[in-house]
Amino acid sequence: MRERSIEIIVGLFMLAGVLALLILALKVSGLSNYVSTGGYTVTADFDNVGDLKVRAPVTMSGVKVGEVTGIGLNTTTFKAVVTMQINPDQNKIPTDSSASIYTQGLLGSNYVNLRPGFDDTYLKQGSVIHDTHPALILEDLIGQFLFSIKNSGSSNSSKSNT
Amino acid sequence: MLQKIQALGRIGLTFCSDLGRSGLFLSRTLVRRPRIAKSFPLLIEQIFAVGVLSLVIIVLSGLFIGMVVGLQGYHTLNKFGATQQLGQLIALSVVRELSPVITALLFAGRAGSALTAEIGLMKATEQLKSMEMMGVDPLWRIVSPRFWAGFITMPILSIIFSAVAIFGGYLVGVDWLGVDAGSFWSNMQSSVEFHADIINGIIKGIVFGFVCTWIAVFQGYDTVPTAEGIGRATTRTVVYSSLAVLGLDFVLTAVMMGGW
Repeated sequence: MRERSIEIIVGLFMLAGVLALLILALKVSGLSNYVSTGGYTVTADFDNVGDLKVRAPVTMSGVKVGEVTGIGLNTTTFKAVVTMQINPDQNKIPTDSSASIYTQGLLGSNYVNLRPGFDDTYLKQGSVIHDTHPALILEDLIGQFLFSIKNSGSSNSSKSNT
Repeated sequence: MLQKIQALGRIGLTFCSDLGRSGLFLSRTLVRRPRIAKSFPLLIEQIFAVGVLSLVIIVLSGLFIGMVVGLQGYHTLNKFGATQQLGQLIALSVVRELSPVITALLFAGRAGSALTAEIGLMKATEQLKSMEMMGVDPLWRIVSPRFWAGFITMPILSIIFSAVAIFGGYLVGVDWLGVDAGSFWSNMQSSVEFHADIINGIIKGIVFGFVCTWIAVFQGYDTVPTAEGIGRATTRTVVYSSLAVLGLDFVLTAVMMGGW
């Protein structure tokens, strides 16, 4: 009898372990989000993907509609090819939609944002998004800013000289 | 001068022979013809003694660790206005580091010392020898089920610790300090990866369980069969296990973070 109750308690202990692992997997790491739900893949060529990572979210008006599944380099045009998997229920995205790479907050990670177009045909498996905006590189921005300051400064001084 | 060098040499030799003996002991415990039908009830009994009875201390300390991390993390993150990241902070620090290490330290103190004292007392009262006289291998009957029980239960305890600690952090962060529940979970889910974080934490738990029970059963089996010897062996179990866990934790983290 005692043997049996010990076995039952050990069984419950094991179950508690499995349950805790399930909680960790589903609730904490959100593993269910990564289970592929099908859908279709589209690609887009960017001049610069910045810090974009595989599994970064693809959003539309801030709502997640898919995720980045691959980032590669086109060896002839030297553009970055980003492959995105779009959820199957989002099958009404116009073909002339534009894709841009944004940053979440000031220090956050990068993600892809789709801005819908007005075409009557929709993106499907293997479609290519042509209208793309590259990631904003902070260093480039500062460089351009400094350059414009220098230019405006020199034009002012030349004016005052004349 | 020469005597000091000699003493140093003796320490080194003793260390090496201890290590070799414990290795031999381990291999004799593990490498044997499996007798599952007979060993299984013994194993269940030991899992009960080692694992289930440690559950209370693991759950309680997990709850409090999670609550403390939540409280401390909240006050630090609040300075940067980033309290939404609290879930991420709690989950990553608990799953990666705190849960395997603290579980292993508690396990060494709660279960490891008990294993050592039990086996040591059996040796001191010559129960092990009388078993050999009766033709029962004490390594199979006594040591092997205890070793496997520790090896199996330690990762399970570590997983339970993680889940309870995250729940404790949730209690403090969301219910008490008022972090938004949605951002608490979603930030946690977006930053914690199942393979990189949770599986690595479990691997740490498995390694620590192996090392802690190995040290515990070897110290018990190798003890000087007197009352004083058992006391010393128990102390050594806790000290060696704690040092081994902390040292191995650094090595494992370096390997896992370094991307191998």
